[in-house]
Amino acid sequence: MAQEEVTQSHVSFRDVKGKYTGLFAWIFSTDHKRVGLLYLYSIITFFLTGVVLGIFMKLELMAPGRTVMDAATYNAIFTLHGVIMIFLVVVPGLPAIFGNFMLPIMIGAKDVAFPKLNLLSWWVYALGAIVALSSLFMAGGPPDTGWTFYAPYSFKTNTNMLPAVIGAFILGFSSILTGINFIVTIHRMRAPGMTWFKMPLFPWTLYGTAWIQILATPIVGITLLMIVGERILNIGFFDPALGGDPILYQHLFWIYSHPAVYIMILPAMGAISEIIPTFANKTIFGYKAIVISTLAIAFVGYFVWGHHMFTAGMSGTALYVFSLLTFLVAIPSAIKVFNWVSTLHKASIQLEPPFFWAASFLFVFMVGGLSGLALGALATNVHLHDTAFVVAHFHYIVFGGVGFAFMGAIHYWFPKMWGRMYNTRVATVGWMAFFTGFCFLYTPMFLLGIQGMPRRYYDYVDRFHGLNVVSTVGSWVLFIGLAIIIINLVRGARKGPIAPKDPWGGKTLEWTIDSPPTLENFEEIPVITKGPYDYS
Amino acid sequence: MDTSVTIEHVHRDDEGSKLGMWLFIFTELLLFAGLFIVYGVYRYLNPEAFHLAAQQLSVTVGTINTVILLISSATIAMASSAIRLKNKALTLILLATTIIMAVIFMVNKYFEWSAKLEHGFFPSSDILHKLGNGDTLFFGLYFFMTGLHALHIVVGMVLISIVIIRVNKNSLTHENPVLLDNSGLYWHLVDIIWIFLFPLLYLIT
Ligand code: HEM
Ligand SMILES: [Cu+2]
Repeated sequence: MAQEEVTQSHVSFRDVKGKYTGLFAWIFSTDHKRVGLLYLYSIITFFLTGVVLGIFMKLELMAPGRTVMDAATYNAIFTLHGVIMIFLVVVPGLPAIFGNFMLPIMIGAKDVAFPKLNLLSWWVYALGAIVALSSLFMAGGPPDTGWTFYAPYSFKTNTNMLPAVIGAFILGFSSILTGINFIVTIHRMRAPGMTWFKMPLFPWTLYGTAWIQILATPIVGITLLMIVGERILNIGFFDPALGGDPILYQHLFWIYSHPAVYIMILPAMGAISEIIPTFANKTIFGYKAIVISTLAIAFVGYFVWGHHMFTAGMSGTALYVFSLLTFLVAIPSAIKVFNWVSTLHKASIQLEPPFFWAASFLFVFMVGGLSGLALGALATNVHLHDTAFVVAHFHYIVFGGVGFAFMGAIHYWFPKMWGRMYNTRVATVGWMAFFTGFCFLYTPMFLLGIQGMPRRYYDYVDRFHGLNVVSTVGSWVLFIGLAIIIINLVRGARKGPIAPKDPWGGKTLEWTIDSPPTLENFEEIPVITKGPYDYS
Repeated sequence: MDTSVTIEHVHRDDEGSKLGMWLFIFTELLLFAGLFIVYGVYRYLNPEAFHLAAQQLSVTVGTINTVILLISSATIAMASSAIRLKNKALTLILLATTIIMAVIFMVNKYFEWSAKLEHGFFPSSDILHKLGNGDTLFFGLYFFMTGLHALHIVVGMVLISIVIIRVNKNSLTHENPVLLDNSGLYWHLVDIIWIFLFPLLYLIT
């Protein structure tokens, strides 16, 4: 067969000549690795857009009163920032990029179960992004409701809600398609001998994530459609004047959007679970506990959405139950942290950039998680709700957690994906700047929130000035770190030294094949006899 | 779709395709589940108005449509068997019957909707607003739910048409019937959602 010859000559998937050349060779390719990279480039673009918007917000908040923009612009910018970061960056984030690229390889398969559907999901993603962002260029301007589109304001505002809401709906489709694809891939395409408990942890977390994607996304889909119906037909679903109930909207919205934070964080935990054993040169501690806590998080995560609505008006019983469940869901996350730390205990650790990211992940994740408990407790929630404390909390968890894991993952798998190495020294400097900036950017927000500074305002009273300046300066340091990191990676991808098959001493399957992989990944499908982290 | 850099070995896994379809169907059910929740909440809040509003719907038309969908579900399931028996003509007849049933369903729906519109029972009409919140919500939900369902019918018709074309061209035979099976699954989904909508909107009065 012609195909086998190609494989044998070790042509990397990037150099394979197909029917199309140039850009078309990418946007029409069903190769899971190319689809993963397509996602990577698009998501990075949106991420940078979101970061720039964030920097502008911080600039506005540097001093009380109007600094660089008026109130309406600020409202539009935080909405755009939130919509871009949530729907376009962190929800697809790790599954679509590293899941697509690594999942088939890590389970010893040649591709995902439905390669065409996989490419389609990228197209749907691109379509959703274009629709969502088109609101920017239409009369009326971008929406100003916040990324939560709360009713009744979301159908009363004169800004362009429809594109944003329809865009988010389309993006949900893309998410569902990826989820279905991954579940079927994991069920049907594991290499011979790879039983469930011999599967590496990153695929496990993708599996949990995929289930949340298909179980939760339809609910937000229908909710967004109802907002569309509401705006076009004035049906009255959520309009108190017509008998509708805005609180019901909040319920429906958070039934999806809380599980969605686990869509974001689970794959991040998976990536960390890959990085830590490799750099500790040790089997991961408590493999099964990590798997089970992954599934537990996916499951319990369904029943805690009410903690976003403690002050919105619910029955006393509901308050207690949601608060209790919120505390419960923290337990499996804590189990994972213990497992990672125990893996590091008495290990001979390789100090390389991916490890730095993983270690700092542990720190920010813990701060984010513990501050989440402060928000999950009823009494403190009333005080902290809708303050800068919440903003600090979710940036620590989402930006800290997912962002740091993302950075760790890209530094970890970089040699495999591009077949070259970046400069590890520069990468470390970039990490330091980023991490420092991050802490200066968000820690003051915790304090500001406790002192009572509300979120989603472009202005504040004088006594909040000092801490806000610290925070703004932090955003610049973070930005410099980000610039260093990106420049270093781009240079590495073009000119870096050629990477070996297994630069870090990893034990999972992706390290047994060429860097970068060939089109079909494996010359021969491997037969698995051992667990994934076999350092004995 | 033609692809440039594509895995050349053809990976085929019918079990996997069906699993994928089941998962997709599950997401569709959840999509409607959101509406069922909303319906439940508003029915609970406006029992009297929902009771009266539901009486405006014709149980006869609803029943006819239910029977039509049930028959069409049966015919497409039979098509799945027919193709395995290598009986192309019968397969085509059964699939065509399914489509015809779907068309009849839509025609019924059309008359039903136009009657409602004529009486002024449509979202944001003055008549409904005068009748009160319960009626507004009921007919809002009625149009939204049956509308979304009708959209699914249309998608199903497109899907079945593709299957008919492929069976006709012999590119879908007893050797690779999975697209037909999956279209059948999808059609049963459309059917089952109607089985929920029918009592919710027409029968519980
Ligand atoms: C340089 C990076 C970033 C900066 C400087 C930044 C800054 C900010 C600021 C100042 C706010 C508005 C606070 C308010 O007035 O309520 C905000 C809101 C938000 N940010 Fe970020 N952020 C950054 C990165 C991210 C990332 C990576 C994510 C994604 C996970 C994210 C998600 C959000 C969300 C969801 C909101 C809430 C928007 C809303 O209120 O509707 N941010 N951010
Ligand atoms: Cu939550």
